[in-house]
Amino acid sequence: MSTEFRTPLSRARGLGSAKHGAAHWIAERVSALALIPLVLWAVFGVIRLARADYDTAVAWLASPLNAVLMILLILVAFWHMQTGVRVIIEDYIHKMLTKSVLLVANLFIVTLAGALAIFSILKVALGGAL
Amino acid sequence: MVELALPKNSRVQKGRHHPAPAGAKKVKTFKVYRYDPEQPGNPRWDTYDIDVEACGPMVLDVLIHIKNNVDPTLAFRRSCREGVCGSCAMNIGGRNTLACTHGHEEIPGKECQIAPLPSMPVVKDLVPDLTMFYAQYASIEPWLHTKTPEPQQEWRQSPEDREKLDGLYECILCACCTTSCPSYWWNGEKYLGPATLLHAYRWLIDSRDEATGERLDALEDPFKLYRCHTIMNCAQVCPKGLNPAKAIAEVKKMLVDRVI
Ligand code: SF4
Ligand code: SF4
Ligand code: FES
Repeated sequence: MSTEFRTPLSRARGLGSAKHGAAHWIAERVSALALIPLVLWAVFGVIRLARADYDTAVAWLASPLNAVLMILLILVAFWHMQTGVRVIIEDYIHKMLTKSVLLVANLFIVTLAGALAIFSILKVALGGAL
Repeated sequence: MVELALPKNSRVQKGRHHPAPAGAKKVKTFKVYRYDPEQPGNPRWDTYDIDVEACGPMVLDVLIHIKNNVDPTLAFRRSCREGVCGSCAMNIGGRNTLACTHGHEEIPGKECQIAPLPSMPVVKDLVPDLTMFYAQYASIEPWLHTKTPEPQQEWRQSPEDREKLDGLYECILCACCTTSCPSYWWNGEKYLGPATLLHAYRWLIDSRDEATGERLDALEDPFKLYRCHTIMNCAQVCPKGLNPAKAIAEVKKMLVDRVI
């Protein structure tokens, strides 16, 4: 195997530094921070709607503030989830092909689910659900 | 993919038993990992019933006793026998530590298991191959980098700046921390590991060093640095009581500081 002739230092240096990672690390923390009030608001809202009927729920979600907050919650939560799952894949999957496929699948699935959720909120908010 | 089980040829089998000598006063059993690359077969656990009254207080004393009196084929590394050289690091009772500073009385129960540092290739018995560990240390260029022409005498440093190196310079590169780190187990080829990152920070905050930016550039990498998930195994096992996890957090903080 060719690795036998590589010096240990050459192996340790590998492909060098990607010179990125800090922004990702900050974004992970900032999105976690943003999720605290958003999730609290959402839980509170859902509890209040628990015994309401369909029309009240639609009216609640259709109000501009609620619709915008809900869209933000979806955006931040899905984005945060995507980065989290990405870290798990990087930790545990080492085969280049499997890893790439999973990373792309993670991105696609999260984008699809997030887009569906946002479209649904817009539909309710813009009056298509009644 | 992460390997959860050992490969077939690494599974440890039952080995030989060495009974205690007649008239032993206080017997403790030591279950020791044995592997000889020149012999066919898998690694094995040999058990030694040792009269601990006949040995010194430390696990290293027991190993030396075994080598001198029971089984001269046992291989292990040691030099200073007082916790400063870092060569006797091994896994004792499930924890990485130095055999020369860990008392055998400290290990509860009648049996004590001794294995080489986890996740490293084994050279023989309790001797791990630390080639990559040292190469990773070398890769951060652990020496002073300067552009200013050499001063006539020494590079000067205030006592306060010197104090910043406390808790870092004491590292003896024993590899207890790095080989206890799950992130290092899974990504040891790409993740630098706690010991190397602790030293990277030691040079980053050295007031005399003039390459802080380049050093940060070299570390900012999803694998070299950001595989640390603050699991804290490193700080738990360090026999010198250092906290590599904290040093790594400081490096991450420096990388934030330079973008905001
Ligand atoms: S804190 Fe970081 S370096 Fe220390 S054991 Fe955990 S992941 Fe490894
Ligand atoms: S930080 Fe502690 S455990 Fe890690 S190599 Fe240095 S002395 Fe050993
Ligand atoms: S023999 Fe030197 S640290 Fe144990």
